Amino acid sequence: MTFLWAFLVGGGICVIGQLLLDVAKLTPAHVMSSFVVAGAVLDAFDLYDNLIEFAGAGATVPITSFGHSLLHGAMEEADKHGVIGVAVGMFGLTSAGIASAILFGFIMAVIFKPKG
Amino acid sequence: MSGLNSKDYKKTSKSYQPKTNYVWNCIKAFVVGGIICVIGELLSEMYIHWFDFSEENAGNPTVATLIFLAALATGLGVYDKLGQFAGAGSAVPVTGFANSITSAAMEHKSEGLVLGVATNLFKLAGSVIVFGVVAAYVLGIIRFTWQAIF
Repeated sequence: MTFLWAFLVGGGICVIGQLLLDVAKLTPAHVMSSFVVAGAVLDAFDLYDNLIEFAGAGATVPITSFGHSLLHGAMEEADKHGVIGVAVGMFGLTSAGIASAILFGFIMAVIFKPKG
Repeated sequence: MSGLNSKDYKKTSKSYQPKTNYVWNCIKAFVVGGIICVIGELLSEMYIHWFDFSEENAGNPTVATLIFLAALATGLGVYDKLGQFAGAGSAVPVTGFANSITSAAMEHKSEGLVLGVATNLFKLAGSVIVFGVVAAYVLGIIRFTWQAIF
């Protein structure tokens, strides 16, 4: 059942992105930046966790979850260390994503030649 | 040519622009984006059942695996073909983030490892990180203050 909801919710988020591209004529960079901010805002109101519980990877795979994880990591540390924790925990949950993006991006760029 | 004012020009030029098929684009984005999320769900189930991750922290290896697959597909030139077909369906999932990093790095490979690959790695993806961190920082401070007061 989670698979169906992952498909529907993940696909739905992509449709919103497509509409922003086609109708609002935004660039992909603008859409992705807006989605990250939207994910952080949804997490600020504790809404994004409900979406993850409901749709699983349908909510964690779209880029909105990056904003959610940034704020979530920041708040976890803020509970322990106060305001300084916001900076300390900022990349706490997203480290795996950023580290692997840098590593694999670099390796692939070294191995492969651009086509066309 | 004297009769061509700016209003006419807009009208004429519009008829030469390719028409956007909103519905078909949305269907493509929906299906491809949905499939990528289902692959993510499969990976996360795999990490939970076979590698003893909990449901909360299975997201980390899942995202890392998806990023690896997307970077590889970008290197092979497959992901950009998918991107032309799916639009936001391949850009919005975290795989699109990996694609933008890898393609920017590959594009500038001829300028060398330091000035080309490493300098341009975050050329496209940088905006996502900047806006994410700034938004999370501001919201984090607001939420912390809110919790401290109430």
